[in-house]
Amino acid sequence: MTSSASGGVKLIGVTKRFVTPTGAAMTAIRDINLTVEPGQFVTIVGPTGCGKSTTLTLASGLELPSAGSVLVNEQPVTGITKGASFVFQTDALMPWKSVEANVALGPMFRGTRKAEALRLARDWLATVGLSGFEKHYPHQLSGGMRKRVSLAAALINEPTMLMMDEPFSALDVQTRAIMSNELLALWEKSRPSVMFVTHDLEEAIALADKVVVITAGPGTVKATYDIDLPRPRGAVQEIRFDKRFLELYQQIWESLREEVERAYIRQIESNRQRGAA
Amino acid sequence: MTIEANAAATPLATTPSTDEQTIARAARERIQRRRFAVRATQLAVAVLLLGLWQVGAIVGFIDPFFFGSPLGIVQRLADWFVNGTAYGSFWEQLWITLEESLLGFVFGVGSGVIFGILLGEVPFLADVFSPYIKIINALPRIVLGSIFVIWLGLGLPSKVLLAAVLVFFVVFFNAFQGVRSVDRNLVSNARILGASRLQVVQHVVIPSAMTWIIASLHVALGFSIIGAIVGEFLGSQGGLGLVIATAQNTFDSNGVFGAMLVIGVVALGAEALMTQLEHRLLAWRPKSPSENSIAGI
Ligand SMILES: Nc1ncnc2c1ncn2[C@@H]1O[C@H](COP(=O)(O)OP(=O)(O)OP(=O)(O)O)[C@@H](O)[C@H]1O
Ligand SMILES: [Mg+2]
Repeated sequence: MTSSASGGVKLIGVTKRFVTPTGAAMTAIRDINLTVEPGQFVTIVGPTGCGKSTTLTLASGLELPSAGSVLVNEQPVTGITKGASFVFQTDALMPWKSVEANVALGPMFRGTRKAEALRLARDWLATVGLSGFEKHYPHQLSGGMRKRVSLAAALINEPTMLMMDEPFSALDVQTRAIMSNELLALWEKSRPSVMFVTHDLEEAIALADKVVVITAGPGTVKATYDIDLPRPRGAVQEIRFDKRFLELYQQIWESLREEVERAYIRQIESNRQRGAA
Repeated sequence: MTIEANAAATPLATTPSTDEQTIARAARERIQRRRFAVRATQLAVAVLLLGLWQVGAIVGFIDPFFFGSPLGIVQRLADWFVNGTAYGSFWEQLWITLEESLLGFVFGVGSGVIFGILLGEVPFLADVFSPYIKIINALPRIVLGSIFVIWLGLGLPSKVLLAAVLVFFVVFFNAFQGVRSVDRNLVSNARILGASRLQVVQHVVIPSAMTWIIASLHVALGFSIIGAIVGEFLGSQGGLGLVIATAQNTFDSNGVFGAMLVIGVVALGAEALMTQLEHRLLAWRPKSPSENSIAGI
């Protein structure tokens, strides 16, 4: 890929502060440096509340950084990032629209005629294995099916960057494995760059070119690990018995465990303080 | 009643077959029997109360001068429908009130929705206008009716305006709240998918505020009828409000009750139409548990 290839993301010294409801400023992430090459699959792991979701909202332009700069295709982000799609941590389908109308939203917002957008949507629903459910409403589908719809709705815009915030965390283990395989197959086809947040380290390693470990909040990059497992990876369920996979897992888990424990202790302490107050 | 209940229980208890169709049919029959029992009891209660009232009026236990009597009310209504009122046919009076309510409802809902969405979407406008809206909302709105009669005269516009004002506030506050409680996640999603501000309003904000708005329409409908009738009461040349006012001035309790009955029937009919509309507009919503239990047995 050339340097002008689209989809590359750079976070340089990025800090994000929020004003809490009580009026105090709280730092969600501090001084994050992170590069996603065009076409690269990056997974982000870290303890809960460390700012993983925040990092994705910054890269997608939903929020702007308090300090530092976010570059997409070498251009600073000032609004919604062009060519980005987002699969949210919680369901973000419009409950009043049928499945096909939900998937057709992306092209429609970009000016495609409705009939054409719906035709595209049905094609994408077939790709994610949901033919026959076009006219259903989201609440009539299972959690796994809803995630497939979200995936179709994100991919129909042919993104050059795909942000996924714990997309499969609400699914059971088997469904999650199947979805991971399908995601990899779809990604191989168009090769967008991916930022994928997960709590599941096995999933993180099995999918990624690079794993980023974030420290307990306020989060910053603790370490990054290049995953040199060959591609195509094949079944996620099988690769985890690979010798190299186990080595990497051991190494990254060591690093992640410290942060998870730190976040846990901090949580208990703040709970105790709140209890005492 | 107990016999009914026992009879309903037997088909399930004595049928050993686990055949699904039999079970389904038995369940359906049981539901139908229950519905019938409810209706029959409701009718019995009505007959009993009306009967007591009528007998009480005849015996002198209830003074018909103050409380009227069911037969008296029927006679009064028959007289109105056949011979008309002092100011034209009864149908005409009914239509006048309906027209005022309907226009008031349409204007009130329209302006309420528009202002609610506008102020909900633009916080600056909300901050600027919120004290004014609170002040107007604090006014005793029925009294506004007197001013409207002075401004606009005895005709239709003053009633429409009063009905519209009553409706406006109900709908406005709900639309505003609906817009404010839109799921931020859905808005973010639409923005990422490429929606402009207007498209976000059209595809996310309005549909999700719709549940709130529709919930307010039931109350708004009642208010539009109240607005029209109170307006007529305060000064008019026709309409059910004038019919009631006239009956009141001649101590005609049967007339007051009769007009009340007609208004009640009209309100119930409008309410039924509104429920239909609600089902149509909110078809996407999952069925509530009670609806499910009947549809899915
Ligand atoms: N809009 C906001 N306003 C105020 N505080 C916020 C906001 N968004 C996030 N935060 C705070 O920033 C911190 C990081 O939040 P974030 O959602 O990024 O965590 P996370 O790593 O995604 O956690 P999880 O793994 O539980 O999803 C949290 O402490 C959260 O309370
Ligand atoms: Mg998160």
